[in-house]
Parts: sequence; structure tokens; C-alpha cells
Amino acid sequence: MKKTIIEVKDLKKDFYVGDITVHALRGINLEIKEGEFVAIMGTSGSGKSTMLNVLGCLDKPTSGSYLLDGVSMGELSRNELAALRNEKLGFVFQSYNLLPRTSALENVELPLFYNSKVKPKERRERAIAALEAVGLADRMHHMPNQMSGGQQQRAAIARSLVNDPVVILADEATGNLDTRTSYEIMALLQDLNSKGKTIVFVTHEPDIAKFMTREVVFRDGLIIREDMVTGRHNAAELLKSLPVEDTV
Amino acid sequence: MLGIIIGVASVIVMLAIGQGSKKSIRDQMSSMGTNLIMVMPASQQRGGIMLGNSSSQNMTLPDIIAIEKDCSYLTAVSPEVRSSGQAVVGNSNWPTSVYGVNDKYFSIRKFTIKTGRSFSDKEVQTYAKVCLVGQTIIEKLFEGKTDPIGQTVRFKGIPLLIIGVLAEKGENGMGTDQDDLIIAPYTTVQKRILAITYIQSIYASAVSEEKNDAAIDQITTSLRKSHKLKDGVTDDFQVRSQAEMVQTFSSISDVLTILLGAIAGISLLVGGIGIMNIMYVSVTERTREIGLRLSVGGRANDIMMQFLVESILLSVIGGVIGITFGILMTYVAANLMNWPTVIMPAAVIMSFLVCSAIGIFFGWYPARKASNLNPIDALRYE
Repeated sequence: MKKTIIEVKDLKKDFYVGDITVHALRGINLEIKEGEFVAIMGTSGSGKSTMLNVLGCLDKPTSGSYLLDGVSMGELSRNELAALRNEKLGFVFQSYNLLPRTSALENVELPLFYNSKVKPKERRERAIAALEAVGLADRMHHMPNQMSGGQQQRAAIARSLVNDPVVILADEATGNLDTRTSYEIMALLQDLNSKGKTIVFVTHEPDIAKFMTREVVFRDGLIIREDMVTGRHNAAELLKSLPVEDTV
Repeated sequence: MLGIIIGVASVIVMLAIGQGSKKSIRDQMSSMGTNLIMVMPASQQRGGIMLGNSSSQNMTLPDIIAIEKDCSYLTAVSPEVRSSGQAVVGNSNWPTSVYGVNDKYFSIRKFTIKTGRSFSDKEVQTYAKVCLVGQTIIEKLFEGKTDPIGQTVRFKGIPLLIIGVLAEKGENGMGTDQDDLIIAPYTTVQKRILAITYIQSIYASAVSEEKNDAAIDQITTSLRKSHKLKDGVTDDFQVRSQAEMVQTFSSISDVLTILLGAIAGISLLVGGIGIMNIMYVSVTERTREIGLRLSVGGRANDIMMQFLVESILLSVIGGVIGITFGILMTYVAANLMNWPTVIMPAAVIMSFLVCSAIGIFFGWYPARKASNLNPIDALRYE
């Protein structure tokens, strides 16, 4: 029996816009086990982003319980939530969110910077290791604007890995990338997943979801479908089948 | 940051100018002799009858010798006896005063001898009929003639040989012409002109302005001893210093300095508000960065510290540039415009501290705003 990383029970989230109450999540039950690669799908307004915010401890649910790696986030303070994000979560964003005018290495070091247990020397070593893991060892000292979108997203993935989180949360991580680069990123994530990383990936593209092990489909604040992915794609193989682009 | 630079620079320049004008007033005062101490006879009682000040004839040469011996805070002491009357050269004449003094008088009253010489000890001992004259006397009695040395001026029938000419000194603070005088040995004036043995007043220099009060005490003690005054008997003399006058002028220029400093302080405040604006813009521009930092585990305090440190750095760097600029400006003002300036180390240190304080004070609000951002909104911010 694999360890349960995320356990959500009857989770509800309401937003108040003026007099109107928006029910973004209307009672979600979800369990994610260690080593899973879960796609959270849904059209815009389905509640998937709100779900990710709650999963990422960026937002508190209105009601219901959420256990992350055995820790209940319901009663934590702002600072405790920050510490939880720092130690247990890794974020990958659609628009990379790297700090401008800061080298890839320093960007990757950032989460460890907020962890006082990590000494500067160890911080650097772990950042280098994370960059090597995503294949960016030769771009370590490049600024974000000197890197391609794919490379920037790799750096962002390295940043999410560096604190050795229990789960990586990716929000449309391939949304800004072309097909080939998307496949490269998915190949990287599949590789990490095969090494045991738990990944939750929000997307609205069904063919991207095919790279994962399980699909969870949201609509109007509820989970309407939850399936194991059949005929899972292998990004590394697909990449080989793509026509070789003219390299400039 | 520019605001801080200008603010700090103006504080330093303004205070330097304020202090400079204070110093220049002091210098003008000391051209009259800042550490000048005057001793004059005071009213005294004889059998219950009050006698007027000037009628006193109680100061004598031994008093001066005693003062010279007793008072360690004095650098020079001179007696003064004075006679007013007509000075005559050939067929011109002019009403003036003859001051009978010793050769230390010139340094005490800050007279410079332009040409010729001062009188010697021997001339003092032998009641020599020699004198030095001021510029007004030359103008009135020797129209046109450039060199009066070797000429004779008659005063109350006594012919005095001119051995020196004093440099021009102009009017003093009270509008008295300080060049309208003849200076002769006090012995000459005592014996040959006034036929008296007492001394009308004593002039002395304290070692420094700060030691004025101590010197006055020493003179008082010495004179009381010489005059054999018992405890409880009032002084039969009065000692005054120029210090009181200097203090009055100093306090005027202190007000000036405070005023200038206050104006400069306002520009520093404006600079601080500038820093706050910059920090606000910076917080807005970097909203996504703040969101990211929060999402990777930065605590509200971490974010706050980051922006506070930035604003302090900004204002301190501004302050350092401002101080450099201010000192430079002060030199320019001093050299090009010949303004008297004094850079106060206290002002430099003060404005540096104020800069850091401004960094904290005006950086705090934007930093707090940054730290209170909701990470979700901050990440989505475009």
C-alpha cells in the first residue's frame, strides 16, 4: 500500500463578489498516493485552478479537510503555511515565474533561501544537482532572458525540485510552449515521476493528460470523472517520432 | 533617491553656510579682540558717600604688575590712560584722543603697525615723547603727505615724534572710528600730559575665548588682593569681556543656522517621500516576484525585510552621494563665492542617520503592503 500524499474530504470553497456568492468548489473528495502523476482537467471556470491553489496551500478552503503528507492545513497560520509550502511543495507555473536579472542557479536556490536549516554551501550544491537533473547544467549562469521557453521551464522545474518536495504542482506548465518543447517537458516530468516523484498537473489539453497516470475532470466545482489513463503516452518515444526540426 | 541626494546635500551646505556665517561674525568680533577683557574703576564708598565711576583713582601700576603675575589665563595686559584734546601739526588741527598704553596694547586691541615701529621699553621708562598715529589723524593733519614718520604732532603743548603708523581698522560695531587716535607710552601720557599717577583702565587678552570667565575671576581675585578688600566689600572696579557681545551675535547666527537647517530638512523629507514612491512602484512592478517568493515559502516577514533593506540601502546610498555632493558644493561656495563655510561633522553624521531612518520610515509602508499581498493574486498580477 502506497502512502497517501494528498487527502481531500468534502472540500468547499466560496468566493464573495459583492453580494453574490460564487461556489468555486462544491464538495471535492480526492486522494492522491505517492508516485502518482495526476492530471486535473476541466474547462475554465470549472474550479481546477481554485483546487490547485488549495492544494498548494496558497488558499484556505471554506470548509472540508485537507491533509498534505499527514499535516492538516486547516488550522495553520500564514507563516506555518509558508513553511509548509517551502518544505513539502514545488510549484511549476505556466509563465515560469523566474526572477529576471537573476541567474538560473540563483533562481533555483530561491526556495532554499527561505529555509534556514539549509546552509549556503548545501544550498548551492542542491541547486546544482537539481539543474543537472533537468539537463540544464550548461545553462547554470544564464539569465532567464538568455534562455528559451523550454529551458526556462526546466529551470522552474529544477526550482520546484530543489527542496525535495512530496508533491510537485504544475499549473498549465506546457501552456506557453510549442508541441516539441511540451513533449520535452513532459518527458522530463515522466522521468521524474518514474523516479518516484508525485506530480499533480493542471491542464485543459486532453493529449497532455495522456502522459499521466490518472485523470481527474472538474466541472462546475465538482469532480465529474476520475479515470486511470489508458494507452498512456511516452513522451520520450513521441519526441523521437516528431519530424526533426531544422536547427538554427 | 535624487530627492535624498538633494536633501542631504542641501542640509550639509545650509548648515555649513550657517556655521560659516557664525564663524565669520565671530571673526569680525575678534578683530575687535574677542578675548578682550576691560577693567575699569567702579563706584566706591567713602564713609557712606557713593563716588562716581570715573572719579575713582584707585588703579595703579602695581595692580597691573600683580595681575601679570597672578593671572595665568591672560596673555597680555596693558594699562590705558586717555586724554582728549586738539592735535596740531603746522597750521592744521584735529580733536582726538591720546591713549597712553604699553607695547602689548597693539596685540590686545588687534592694532597692526603699518609702517614704523612700536615704542621700546626704554622709551616707556623715560617718558619718551613718541607716538603712533591712526589713519584718520594722517588724513586730517597731513593731507597729501604720505609718510608722517619723523614728523612731530603737538598735543596739549607737548610735541610727540611720530615713530609709527597704524593700519586702517575702520569703524567698530558701535560706529566709532577706530583710526582716530594717537597712541603713546602710558608713562608719557601720565607724567607729561595728564600729570597723574593712577591708571584709568586696564586692557587684557585672555588665552582664549573659552577662558574669558576664568580670566575674569583671576583678575577679580588679584585686584581684590591688591586693593586689600575684605570679604563682603563690593569690588571697587568692574571687569568686562567682549564675550557677552560675541554671545549675542552667536545666538543670532544660531537662529539662522536652525532656519537654514529646517529648510534643508524639509527637502530631506520630500526626498523621503520620493523614496516611498520609488518603493511603491517597485512593489507594484515586482508583484509577481513577491507572489513567487511567497509561494516557494517566503514568509510575510521575509518579504517585508527584503523591501525594507532595499529602501534603507537606497536611502543610505543616496545619503552617501548627497554627503559627497554637499561637501563638494560647500567647497564650491567657499572658493567661488567666497562664502564663509564650516562643515560640521555632526551634520554629516546626523544626515547619514536621518537617511537610514528615512529608509526605515518611508520603506516600511510599501514593504508592509508587499508582505500582505495574497500570493494567488500576486502570481496572477499582470
